[in-house]
Amino acid sequence: MAQPAFAAGTLAGTDIANTASATYDTPSGPVTIESNTVTIKVDELLDVTVASTDPGDVTTSPGTSGSVLTYRVTNTGNGSEAFTLTPNLANGGDDFDPTLNQIVLDTNNNGVYDAGVDAVYVAGTNDPVIDPDQRVRVFVITSTPGTVTDGNRASVSLTAVAKTGSGAPGTSFNGAGQGGGNAVVGTTGADGVDSGFLAVQASLIALVKSATILDPFGGNRPVPGAIITYSIAANVTGSGSLSNLVIADPIPAGTAFQGGTLTLQAAALTDAADIDAGDFNGTRIRVAVGNVPAGETRTVTFKVRIP
Amino acid sequence: MKTVIARFVVTLAAVLGSTAALAATPLELKSDVFVERQVVRNDGSSTVVLEKPNLVTPGDNLVFVVRYKNVGASTANNFVVTNPLPAAVAFNGTQDGREIVSINGGKSWGPLSTLRVANADGTTRPASSTDVTHIKWNLNQPLTAGAEGKVIFRGIVR
Repeated sequence: MAQPAFAAGTLAGTDIANTASATYDTPSGPVTIESNTVTIKVDELLDVTVASTDPGDVTTSPGTSGSVLTYRVTNTGNGSEAFTLTPNLANGGDDFDPTLNQIVLDTNNNGVYDAGVDAVYVAGTNDPVIDPDQRVRVFVITSTPGTVTDGNRASVSLTAVAKTGSGAPGTSFNGAGQGGGNAVVGTTGADGVDSGFLAVQASLIALVKSATILDPFGGNRPVPGAIITYSIAANVTGSGSLSNLVIADPIPAGTAFQGGTLTLQAAALTDAADIDAGDFNGTRIRVAVGNVPAGETRTVTFKVRIP
Repeated sequence: MKTVIARFVVTLAAVLGSTAALAATPLELKSDVFVERQVVRNDGSSTVVLEKPNLVTPGDNLVFVVRYKNVGASTANNFVVTNPLPAAVAFNGTQDGREIVSINGGKSWGPLSTLRVANADGTTRPASSTDVTHIKWNLNQPLTAGAEGKVIFRGIVR
């Protein structure tokens, strides 16, 4: 029974009034008396916490804008309070500094950044006012420089500070509390901060082309009638995956493409531009390999003949 | 019917009136509250002092003192002090441990260790100090003319 309604504590401005009573018997009968009532007022405690709520590193890639980091700002005090939000993208100890696109408040409270729907935060203009024990979600949206490389990480921190005041716990702002009392800085210093992380996923591709020759005499000399088998190996490294990889190769001058010899991963492809991934258009072969995860290789082969 | 009700009201008023008249003289009851503050001395050590607060914050330790004195000429028997806890205060024990408490607004009473709280699922759990709603002291000895004393309990601002 009588559990506090708010984990943050009794609401600022609440009066605590205490009155005792006593009963006793006298020769004239039982009597009940009441004591005086002593009343004290509950001050406002200024407390706030910030927590990064991304489940892990937020992946980004070189030159990407719109990477979204998510934070939760919780008013752990006992009064309604406005908070100033300040991001820091130039933290030490990491590999790069992203640039800030904007800070956005999750005004529709659905946990997801909705461009054009959620309000862009402007310090001093729409500082979020948070009720005791309530929280708001904040998105910090960043751009990643084009110069970063695979595996680079960046720390992005968000600070929330009570507008009434902050500082050493116990610092009191007379008369500034909700409900007419003082505002007193709580154990958090009325100042919360946490960091989220960006991690760069960049994939690199290396193409290696090789040729083997089979001449009409069973040797390997490039003589008329010899068949050259070209092999193009696309090796993807780094992390993440390479999207929509297409391998194309012109048929060398002085050779003739041998129909029906195009393969991807040793599987035959037709020469026509049709449902399969490859085609030959008279001057070049082309294979739409698709998405290739880092660490994998795709190999295309085809044959030409020396007339 | 109407006259019966009227007579009843008059009778009740007469009883209350006599109670008030008796209460005015024989016994005084005075309630006080203090807050514990950590004070750091000049040498760096800290001590706890009791202050008369006007303002407190959640987590502050409060000390409630209820003083009683028989200022009449006759003995008061079966003297009982009751203190309903303000809703914003969690009980944190008494000085003498002789109290009984209620966790249901004064409907039933007992030492805290004997009380149980019903859970939503029908089971019960032992009551904790934060469940306490009322505190009561049954002072077993008669309070003779001129006798005085006090009961003290502690609370924490929720």
